[in-house]
Amino acid sequence: MNAPLDRGADVVTTAARHADDVDRNGRFPIEAVRALKDARLLSLLIPVEFGGGGASLFDVAEICTSLGQRCASTAMIFAMHQIKVSSLVAHGRGSAWHEDFMRRLCDEQLLLGSATTEGGIGGNMRNSICAFERDGATFRIAKEGALISYGAYSDAILVTARRAADAPPSDQQMAVLEKSQYRLERTGGWDALGMRGTCSEGFTFSGEAPVEQIFTHDFAEIASESMLATAHLLWSAVWFGVASDALSRAQSFVRKDARRHPNGPAPGALRLAEATAKLQLMRSNIVEGLKRFAKAQQNEDDLNSMSFAVAMNNIKIGSSQLSIEIINHALLIAGIAGYKNDTPFSVGRHMRDALSAQVMISNDRIFTNLSNMLLAQRIDQRLGE
Amino acid sequence: MLDTIRRLVDEQGRLSKAATAIGDDADLYAAGLTSFAAVQLMLALEETFDVEFPDHMLNRRSFSSISAIAGCLHELKGEEAA
Ligand SMILES: Cc1cc2nc3c(=O)[nH]c(=O)nc-3n(C[C@H](O)[C@H](O)[C@H](O)COP(=O)(O)OP(=O)(O)OC[C@H]3O[C@@H](n4cnc5c(N)ncnc54)[C@H](O)[C@@H]3O)c2cc1C
Repeated sequence: MNAPLDRGADVVTTAARHADDVDRNGRFPIEAVRALKDARLLSLLIPVEFGGGGASLFDVAEICTSLGQRCASTAMIFAMHQIKVSSLVAHGRGSAWHEDFMRRLCDEQLLLGSATTEGGIGGNMRNSICAFERDGATFRIAKEGALISYGAYSDAILVTARRAADAPPSDQQMAVLEKSQYRLERTGGWDALGMRGTCSEGFTFSGEAPVEQIFTHDFAEIASESMLATAHLLWSAVWFGVASDALSRAQSFVRKDARRHPNGPAPGALRLAEATAKLQLMRSNIVEGLKRFAKAQQNEDDLNSMSFAVAMNNIKIGSSQLSIEIINHALLIAGIAGYKNDTPFSVGRHMRDALSAQVMISNDRIFTNLSNMLLAQRIDQRLGE
Repeated sequence: MLDTIRRLVDEQGRLSKAATAIGDDADLYAAGLTSFAAVQLMLALEETFDVEFPDHMLNRRSFSSISAIAGCLHELKGEEAA
């Protein structure tokens, strides 16, 4: 028995019950997030010594996938929260404030949001316009045009900025600000194609806090040692859940068809076979990535190497593309029954949710970065280690 | 060698200040070096010093300062001589 996954199962049931309403009304999945808190799953990744679940990223990814099968918005909120937690765990240790905050996160099941992108720089989160402006023991920050998922519902937000007003755009740090320390001025809504329950509204974020709330590690380290990997892996786990549920619906359609026409292969059967190969590819890609990250965590040079960055970026590219191909196959298999929103074979919401994958840090932007890295990094021609 | 590295850092690094104003051990990333510019710098180093950076040197640390870069080049040149 795996306790966190069992507790996850209850949350999945709750998320499933409200998924249609969350999607239709573009509202925050309050019931499922409350269930996540009740099951103490928001502190799943935090080490036991600080009061958390001490779970592995594999367990977290598994929950992302099972939530993704029922309510992609809840799954993405859970994933984005855990990405922030992973940075806290990897880079907050040894800092009294951050260690205490981890304990409070466990006690109070605090939900963490993220303000890493900024108006004017798009998805290029390794650059900031805004800066931490220090004044004695406190700092001030104001970030404009930040897209912050569930910003209005977060208990704390992790925000990036330049180290100081005279620092270059790439010399960034990250800080944790609690709800009482920041103000959010809504500048844009979230009437989006999919992932509607993430309520990823635009805000001007401004706040003040003691300087000890700024991580001592540079954001460059945080980005490459925890955020890059956990984001691409957990996002992919969510998209895998969405795609696998769509394909499972298509399989039910094929089986129903085959029972009715026992003499010939059901027309969708071949497409189903083809799509399961894609699903297997997607799964192998993610599982291999989780193993690669676990291995790299043992070796700081590997974690900061170009080959690791290439691998993690490719996982995001691969799973964002495959999810859409798989869901499209599911749609072709079920035909009009898949296209309609009110049948057991509907995959419309799946498709809308999965389409966010290629714009959530634009794939073209990632290809640009990858193509630069591949001027240096050799193609890995080995099959094994 | 350090002068040549400084010149290439100036040409390729897109830093916020001149490389002459940067100490041998100062953090180039804090001076604005991005991972994108680091690759451009690496290509210029390869061209100028007629070396190839192997995969195990392609990490943040190798390009973190002028002396770190010099260390990599010494290692590569040394390997050649051996
Ligand atoms: C569901 C969802 C939730 C999100 N939640 C958050 C959150 O909580 N916090 C947060 O900070 N952000 C969040 N984001 C925002 C996200 O991280 C990116 O900021 C955003 O998706 C990129 O915005 P953009 O497409 O306008 O900008 P850009 O990245 O600038 O891309 C715009 C277009 O220009 C092209 N382009 C731009 N630059 C390049 C380049 N260098 N090379 C090639 N092409 C380029 C791309 O093809 C793209 O189509 C979320 C996004 C989504 C979809």
